[in-house]
Amino acid sequence: MRRTFLGMPATAPRGVGHLRGDESFPAAARKALGDAQLRRNLRHATTTIRAKSGAVIGEVPDWQELRAAGRAIKSDTMARLPELLEQLEAAVTGAGGTVHWATDAVQANRIVTDLVRAAGADRVMKVKSMATQEIGLNEALEAAGIEPVETDLAELIVQLGRDKPSHILVPAIHRNRAEIREIFLREMPDVDAALTDEPAALAAAARRHLRRTFLSTKVAVSGANFAVAETGALAVVESEGNGRMCLTLPETLITVMGVEKVIPTWDDLGVFLQLLPRASTGERMNPYTSMWTGVTPGDGPQQVHLVLLDNGRSAVLADAVGRQALHCIRCSACLNVCPVYERTGGHAYGSVYPGPIGAVLSPQLTGVADNASLPYASSLCGACYDACPVMINIPELLVHLRSQAPHPRSEAIAMAAAAYTMDHPRLYAVAQRAAGLGRVAGPALPPPLNGWTASRDLPAAPPQTFRQWWSENRSES
Amino acid sequence: MRIALFVTCLADTLFPEAAKATVRLLERLGHQVVFPEDQTCCGQMHVNTGYPDEALRLVRRHARVFAPYDVVVAPSGSCVGSVRHQHAMVARRAGDERLASRAEEVAGRTYELSELLVDVLGVTDVGAYYPHRVTYHPTCHSLRMIRVGDKPLRLLREVRGLDLVELPQAEQCCGFGGTFAVKNADTSTAMLADKMRNVLATRADVCTAGDASCLMHIGGGLSRLRAGVRTVHLAEILAATENTETAGERDRLGVRP
Repeated sequence: MRRTFLGMPATAPRGVGHLRGDESFPAAARKALGDAQLRRNLRHATTTIRAKSGAVIGEVPDWQELRAAGRAIKSDTMARLPELLEQLEAAVTGAGGTVHWATDAVQANRIVTDLVRAAGADRVMKVKSMATQEIGLNEALEAAGIEPVETDLAELIVQLGRDKPSHILVPAIHRNRAEIREIFLREMPDVDAALTDEPAALAAAARRHLRRTFLSTKVAVSGANFAVAETGALAVVESEGNGRMCLTLPETLITVMGVEKVIPTWDDLGVFLQLLPRASTGERMNPYTSMWTGVTPGDGPQQVHLVLLDNGRSAVLADAVGRQALHCIRCSACLNVCPVYERTGGHAYGSVYPGPIGAVLSPQLTGVADNASLPYASSLCGACYDACPVMINIPELLVHLRSQAPHPRSEAIAMAAAAYTMDHPRLYAVAQRAAGLGRVAGPALPPPLNGWTASRDLPAAPPQTFRQWWSENRSES
Repeated sequence: MRIALFVTCLADTLFPEAAKATVRLLERLGHQVVFPEDQTCCGQMHVNTGYPDEALRLVRRHARVFAPYDVVVAPSGSCVGSVRHQHAMVARRAGDERLASRAEEVAGRTYELSELLVDVLGVTDVGAYYPHRVTYHPTCHSLRMIRVGDKPLRLLREVRGLDLVELPQAEQCCGFGGTFAVKNADTSTAMLADKMRNVLATRADVCTAGDASCLMHIGGGLSRLRAGVRTVHLAEILAATENTETAGERDRLGVRP
């Protein structure tokens, strides 16, 4: 067994990958909120998925027990992650695969680029993968003169539209079918000019476009939903079958996987394969589940590589509260139920991981200072916690990360003063009455509180506080 | 029963009618209400804004002030949620295990108003009279943090004269979220717009809830629109009787027009 020292936990490096946005969440959200078409697309899509998922989850009598089992397996995994990864490495290597360890996005991109070059290829086809989006692999490949072709329909729409994914599962959720038709007409060289915006017609156009790629490309890059430490099996779940094409047809298969995707045993897969499809696409079972263990001589890819990606994950693991973000199985149920996500969409989060899980995962991977507005991008309504198939307590994590975020100086002073006042009841009673008088000044508050009065009236000041009323009417003293 | 009122800083300062109604209601039901005057704020705003260290003194105060009482009630699902799910966490984070266990003891005896009425006092018909068309917004922390379930609705269904209408997409957040409403004012307002659309679709005269904070948000929006729908705390509806209702319309959770 080869031992690789990953170093002290470091956060994901700047300047590579897609974990950091160009602007703060409130600024980016403001733009998204002004796009009525976007809000319409998102409302339609999230409402549809919520209903579908809710119906199939309702069929499972032991759903809560399954969630608890999922959480337990993930907690166990995180408690002994190094050991399980070494077990995985041994199993994959024993089955004829090659395991690479990547400390960060830069290393992972270099490893993959070198492997593609060594295979003599100038084009790779890709299975939908969050890890490769996270590290900006497509950009790294393009910089090396290698053309990446996304084969997941939604990911293809995003790639052809020179766009960014805005949802973990449905990366083009922000597009409606009329917009997709326009992208296809513009970007697919041999597309039928009479293409309609019927979903079947759009899928058929994508199929014709991709088929040639499947048959002529020698290298594929995938992510992995799960990796079984015990056996070395990797698993990808998908709906379209395009992933299956990529995983079986090429000579070389390179899988880039975040280290947290490992699970201890084959039996554990049974729990997650029940949880994931119902929570994500709202299906009882996803149409395609592909699993492979190293190399099978004469069948499928004969060069099989696994790149184990850290990119900040060890730093997340080091935080006893924060580490539950690593339990995420990328189902995106939390996005679909989030009232903030439903209105802003995914781009406002800046990172490839949007929505509630993104708001707790991205700041931890980059260090909170680099994504300081994300932990605040939630009303703490708790819908995400209820929806999460592995019971990640996202509201708890958000609050935890807020305590680590850099605070505006004026806010910190005000909060300290408020806490002091509230710890001195007489002073507090004076402040309460002053607050009532202060609001006589006018209907608008000064910054930063004008965010309230822009759209909401202030409550009228009551003639007396409750404690004044109590002392006049009830107090025995 | 002797019941200590945990008034919450918001009800104390801005919405005393909700707190007074809680007192009147419980007294009408034959209970003795006490108000420990050294209470101030549970510290939720500090915790949720990222200042758990500042909240520590408020958690310590809260646990000390309410330790002597067997039953504590608050007219707020959110503040009860903070006491139950945040106080011990704040104490443990500061390494104060003794405070954490004291906070847990107090939390175990602290109830949101509908919980106290239905679970502890075993009443759903509190003898209220409120002749209005009312819709109920289940606030997020009542619904998902402390899980009051249908207790508020069971109480409202027994109120004479009250026409209860179901709120579409009731479980969706109104967009308040404490400092979220200021830090992410645009997103908060977009959420509020949808909540108000649903409230208006019920053609209710009154929107009620178990939290003055969310009602302040919804009411502030409705008032800005001059929509003609009032927000009234659940406690005020349950405290209302033929006498108070015939005494004329009082401005309860009124917001400045």
